[in-house]
Amino acid sequence: MRSPLIAQNRTERTAGRTLGLVRVALFPSCVVDSVAPDVGVAAVRVLRRRGHAVDLPADATCCGQPAWNAGEVEAAAKVARTTLAALTAALADGADVVVVPAGSCTTMMRVFWPELFHLVGDEDAATAARALGEQVREFSEFVTSDSPVRPGVGTVLSPDPTPTTYHHSCHMLRELRIADAPAALTASACPNVVTSTAEGRCCGFGGLFSVKLPELSTAMADDVLDAAVEGGAAQVVGSDSSCLMQLAGRAAHRGLRLRFRHLAELLEETDR
Amino acid sequence: MSGRQPIFGTTLRSRTAVAVADPRLKASLANATDTFAARKGVAFAQLADPEGARTMARSAKAAVLARLPELLESFADRLLARGVHVWWAADAAEANAHIAAIAASTGSTRVVKSKSMATEETGLNDALEAVGCTVTETDLGEWIIQLARETPSHIIVPAIHRDRHQIADVLNKVAGGDLAAVPEELAAFARARLRQRFLEADLGISGANFGVAETGSIVLVTNEGNGRLVTSVPRVHVAVLGMERLVETWDQLDLMLALLPRAATGQPITTYVSTITGPRRVAAGETEGPEELHVVILDNGRSAILGTEFHEMLACIRCGACLNACPVYRQAGGHAYGWVYSGPMGAVLTPLLLDSPEAPELANASSLCGACWDACPVGIPLQDLLLGLRRRAAPSASRRTKAAWSTWATTWSRPRGYRMSLRTGALAGRMLGGAVAHVPGAARWTGTRTAPVPARRSFRDRWDAGEV
Repeated sequence: MRSPLIAQNRTERTAGRTLGLVRVALFPSCVVDSVAPDVGVAAVRVLRRRGHAVDLPADATCCGQPAWNAGEVEAAAKVARTTLAALTAALADGADVVVVPAGSCTTMMRVFWPELFHLVGDEDAATAARALGEQVREFSEFVTSDSPVRPGVGTVLSPDPTPTTYHHSCHMLRELRIADAPAALTASACPNVVTSTAEGRCCGFGGLFSVKLPELSTAMADDVLDAAVEGGAAQVVGSDSSCLMQLAGRAAHRGLRLRFRHLAELLEETDR
Repeated sequence: MSGRQPIFGTTLRSRTAVAVADPRLKASLANATDTFAARKGVAFAQLADPEGARTMARSAKAAVLARLPELLESFADRLLARGVHVWWAADAAEANAHIAAIAASTGSTRVVKSKSMATEETGLNDALEAVGCTVTETDLGEWIIQLARETPSHIIVPAIHRDRHQIADVLNKVAGGDLAAVPEELAAFARARLRQRFLEADLGISGANFGVAETGSIVLVTNEGNGRLVTSVPRVHVAVLGMERLVETWDQLDLMLALLPRAATGQPITTYVSTITGPRRVAAGETEGPEELHVVILDNGRSAILGTEFHEMLACIRCGACLNACPVYRQAGGHAYGWVYSGPMGAVLTPLLLDSPEAPELANASSLCGACWDACPVGIPLQDLLLGLRRRAAPSASRRTKAAWSTWATTWSRPRGYRMSLRTGALAGRMLGGAVAHVPGAARWTGTRTAPVPARRSFRDRWDAGEV
């Protein structure tokens, strides 16, 4: 199965603390591109406010995860290769890191890409993916490890008093082991943080899982939503627009009074 | 086909849909799995180095599996040296035939059983009843589902899907309707009734949690005491061991016994840990134990997993921790998995063990969240195995599915194609609006969830326009 070479991705990485201005290549993810562009805009604003230079590699598309999760490795590799090439070129052109406002896509790139390319026999791409993976940062991971160049940046200027729970997305939590960074950022922006009894439980999205087994997927969303409501939350913050789309779609259908926001949007608002 | 028939014939989707619509099932599952998962957390915190123990267990099982054929031989040699009858069963039919032959040759017709998932897998009860035996399950949960004519819905807690009222309904069928839904009263009735069965039985059948190769011992981990009665009261004892449930040494057993009850029920040790090494030795003056001991070593598809990308599944110690941690199991329960094994371990094992065209679909019964992998006391990467099974099944996908992936890959591997598809999606979303629910297939999302609205302009288009 998974190559021992990539075992390092299974444990928490300590992203090297970078000093001063960082040239960021943003990979927004296909979900942000298509249904949640405001998350991309917010991420760019937060990064710029912290003094970083942000660029959008034009030729990156999708990480290939939809096909990977369906077991369709050739299709996944075909799409992933395009994004791998675009992001590798961005790093060669002077970008320091790739920042991704999506935990699941970060996982795909860092953990699964080397395995994917190995499975389709493309060892060159596997090697390139391992090299790129070293420079890929999930949004909250980057924001808690950089050093803003402008004084005072990153401090919460207008905290959000809404009772808020942070929803961990599964790949980010268990494959990348990034849990504390986004939770701490949420807590700093929202003094009224509540812990859900369903903390760490899957929202039931799972890509095509959500439409292959819709009743089950919906019941899983309800479990997470009910726990948020019972815990007194009025807002759910997350790091994956796909999970938030699932939860928000279900909450809207049920008429629940819950607001859903990506962490980048929360920070963009409270850092002002 | 031999062995336990699956309850397929329905789709995975319909089985999960039925399960999630049952509020009593939902309450029973949430209550039980939460309790077990919480107890597991406490029990593992008692270990000095839980993660270290897990790593050691994983490598111990890997070492055993790497030498499994050789270790099975030496296990069998030790058994024979102790006067144990050893039976090799290539499949379910062979296992059942061996046990029916043992029953016939010992003149046994009254059979008591302690809990055994291996014999659930082979459908042993039906096979023995077909040759005139009466079979009584003596694990309380197993007895309940035997009376209800159901299959286990959890590998450790077979009747987890029933609350006490539903259990009282079942037991009242044999009690004559006098039992209240009070756990103590129900248990007392079961105890009295099952005691008669133990005393009159001539054949006891158990599973085996572990076999220890270095001494030829069978190890049973139980809580109700029925395992001891099954293995010591009747004249003949048959133990059925899945061929992968072997450890080489007692040191390895020690490690497994520290992990199994903690992971299964949150107990540091179970009420009974029975180690059985040979039948009663009359010449040595022993007065207890069966006169005859038979060990059936069951393959039934296991050896075919050895050496494949799925071989780590053979490290499973059947603790049920992955079921208790799984958000899918929590909603769907065990019967939705369609066969004997459920939860993430069942979703992996069933397609590997069961030769059925409907079994591969089980690999989709997961959001790949990885909670099972976190919970597994021997560190089996269950979500990776599920993904591997999806890859294995992909070539058999319908022509339409393959064409869809091919088109997707061609479009999204070209930056221009990708952008065009975002614009097309946005346009379609705008034109359709609320009518999106009428698009074929869209109801799978919109039936229960508001559809996301594709942005008028994608993030990329806004970036290119200099608006970001």
